[in-house]
Amino acid sequence: MSGGSYYVPASSKWPILAGLAVGLFMIGTGIVLVFDTGMVLLPIGAAAIVTVMALWFRDVIRESRRGLYDAQMDRSFRWGMGWFIFSEVMFFLAFFGALFYVRVFALPWLDGEGAKGVSALLWPDFVASWPLMNPPDTNVVGPEAVVSPWQLPLVNTLFLVASSITLTLSHEAFKEGYRDTARNCLAITVLLGVLFLIVQGIEYYEAYHHLGITLQAGIYGSTFFLLTGFHGAHVTIGAIILAVMLWRIQKGHFSAHNHFGFEAAAWYWHFVDVVWIGLFIFVYVF
Amino acid sequence: MAPQSPPKATLEHSQSASGSATADGFQEEHHYRSGPLRWLLTTNHKEIGSLYLIFSLAMFMIGGAMALVIRLELFQPGLQMIQPEFFNQMTTMHGLIMVFGAVMPGFVGLANWMIPLQIGAPDMALPRLNNFSFWLLPIAFTLLLSTLLMPGGGPNFGWTFYAPLSTTYAPPSTTFFIFALHMAGISSILGAINIIATILNLRAPGMRLMDMTLFVWTWLITAFLLIAVMPVLAGVITMMLLDINFGTSFFNAAGGGDPVLFQHLFWFFGHPEVYIMILPAFGIVSVIIPTFARKRLFGYASMVYATAAIAILSFLVWAHHMFAVGLPLVAELFFMYTTLLIAVPTGVKVFNWITTLFRGEITFETPMLFALAFVVLFTIGGFSGLMLAIAPADFQYHDTYFVVAHFHYVLVPGAVFSIMAAVYYWLPKWTGHYPDERLGRWHFWLSVIGVNLLFFPMHFAGLAGMPRRIPDYALQFADFNMASSIGGFLFGFSQLLFIWVVVKCVRGGVKAPANAWDGATDLEWTVPSPAPLHTFETPPDLRDFKFH
Ligand code: HEM
Ligand SMILES: [Cu+2]
Repeated sequence: MSGGSYYVPASSKWPILAGLAVGLFMIGTGIVLVFDTGMVLLPIGAAAIVTVMALWFRDVIRESRRGLYDAQMDRSFRWGMGWFIFSEVMFFLAFFGALFYVRVFALPWLDGEGAKGVSALLWPDFVASWPLMNPPDTNVVGPEAVVSPWQLPLVNTLFLVASSITLTLSHEAFKEGYRDTARNCLAITVLLGVLFLIVQGIEYYEAYHHLGITLQAGIYGSTFFLLTGFHGAHVTIGAIILAVMLWRIQKGHFSAHNHFGFEAAAWYWHFVDVVWIGLFIFVYVF
Repeated sequence: MAPQSPPKATLEHSQSASGSATADGFQEEHHYRSGPLRWLLTTNHKEIGSLYLIFSLAMFMIGGAMALVIRLELFQPGLQMIQPEFFNQMTTMHGLIMVFGAVMPGFVGLANWMIPLQIGAPDMALPRLNNFSFWLLPIAFTLLLSTLLMPGGGPNFGWTFYAPLSTTYAPPSTTFFIFALHMAGISSILGAINIIATILNLRAPGMRLMDMTLFVWTWLITAFLLIAVMPVLAGVITMMLLDINFGTSFFNAAGGGDPVLFQHLFWFFGHPEVYIMILPAFGIVSVIIPTFARKRLFGYASMVYATAAIAILSFLVWAHHMFAVGLPLVAELFFMYTTLLIAVPTGVKVFNWITTLFRGEITFETPMLFALAFVVLFTIGGFSGLMLAIAPADFQYHDTYFVVAHFHYVLVPGAVFSIMAAVYYWLPKWTGHYPDERLGRWHFWLSVIGVNLLFFPMHFAGLAGMPRRIPDYALQFADFNMASSIGGFLFGFSQLLFIWVVVKCVRGGVKAPANAWDGATDLEWTVPSPAPLHTFETPPDLRDFKFH
């Protein structure tokens, strides 16, 4: 405990504006999806979210640089970020759970396995397989082929694993006071993240245009895009955060012992990386 | 690149110890805005706590009004008041609003107010995040309520929104329902992160974990549950969103998915969710009973371990809601036994409350009345839960009014009574006045009679086979339903009395000293009543403080 008095942050207009921005974005998206009446609120909401977040973080950065935060505040940030990542883990766990359930239970049961024979009566000719190329109902057109794990996904695995290594190098270098090395390694990390996203873009293009893997191609396409898509969104966010950290290192915001923003970004990136390993194994390889 | 020091011009601000205002308006603590902006921008845990409680009360009244619409329709067999389509929207909205809008925010409001006071902290760990968490809620629920006015009506598939009712056969507004739930979920996750960070990081020096009150303990564990399962809810509604709008097949067997998958995901969230709504209640009752029995809580450590055990077990029981969907036999058995196991730690708790009362110098002020009613009536709900947990028996009870009776016993005279007990208990601390004891007793007795008249007959209707979620029913259930409806209106209108007591107490009344209750010993009773806006700005000295 730092003794003396506590630091309590001042009131701020950003939180409630952030709430309104999120609301605008969600309502805007809903209007596009449900009423199909043009994109008005959606981009406004998205822009508002980005702006408010930037301004909110700007205040936090300023306060931090003025030395207003004590060791206790720093610990609060650490607990906050740690539990936030745990919540993200659970979010992905739900998706992995869905994948396992479908592969291990739902499809074999549809095929008549086990005591739950009833669902097998729905489509007597259905044969379970994974990847599911022939969905039970003929109205649903399955994929023609699947993505080979040993081509683009393997390249992407190498990118992400390498990026975790360069990120760790960057952090270690930073703690030792080698700012230039730290900056360069971080720049490489961001670059690897961007490369990952480009490759994933190519892969999605291939999937949609040559392999017939689409969101509508039955449960294989559904789980494929759900898992890789949300992972890709997280890579995007993580890369943006790391890019901001790059900028902040450049600006000299951090010191060797006080750079939690950078550390939090690194935690996040490593988490995203671990999720990818899970994806590579369970979505692509097996 | 050379290390750069912060710009000189601003360095001077950092020196002033705990917040004086600065020129650029950066640090404004202590210099409070007045007018509505103050409430919109506040980062103060007491003000945010009050906002949560007011919001919760408003939702309780709206959700309650919907319940009365339901009871009005069910007063007699046959369709008299409303169309079945609207009836379905009422049951769905009632459930969603009560769970996500009334009970959960009510507990979060209490957490905001009382956790910092009970652990000697100046505020929540992340005060701005706290403001964000709160303001998401009114936005989310305005959106949710607005779905009632959209073409095709609001959600009509029950608060459990099972696919394919909520996907293939859902009204168009379901997409907005999903977004509203996403916002409420973000609010809960961020609020829970804040609560954990506060409890783990901001305890006054010298307060160990095992020195904390049970209210703080139960909230610590509840916050963990929230962070673990709200993301799963977010995941499952995201899959619904994709099924509805993008043609995926998660819950559609034609494409290889499975509607039962929805139920697994939902109840993996849903069962811990019901404990999210009861663990803080356990905490509240565990601080109120010792106060009015003028004894230490019996078995403090076992209470903590029992709470933790319940939380862990709650991840392993979810399919007891699905006994009737056709699970493999091993699953039926597994989930039956794990569910029955929960009765053990729950029993430990009830035993400890009763033992705390044993040979106590008990007085029966309003908070104590509600707490005692909680112990009795929650236990009834627990027992009906045990009946439901027996898989072969549940084949008979499932989806009948017996289930409705069960969960209302644990939620209304359970969770809701505990919130009311907490409000009566802590009002003196919040307002500086005692709530009117005579009106409080009226409120209590009318509520107890109303609630039992409302929910007890549902057990019989359910055992006799009356299905839940229907606007009309067979003639033999008429008497039970009429009794329930009368009880419902009695209970519902009694809550106006509650509002009156609260308003009256805010405006004035018998002045309360710092320690408002004879037997109260926790840390919040060392600060003045009403608690000033800022408390524990420097950590309290706890060397001579006697914990529980
Ligand atoms: C001893 C503890 C408990 C046991 C053994 C238990 C058991 C059960 C079982 C087996 C069901 C499913 C019944 C069916 O659908 O056929 C059920 C439903 C339910 N329980 Fe409990 N329960 C317990 C405590 C609680 C508590 C503490 C709460 C909330 C505070 C709660 C809330 C609910 C709700 C909301 C439902 C119905 C959900 C729905 O289908 O809409 N239960 N309970
Ligand atoms: Cu349950």
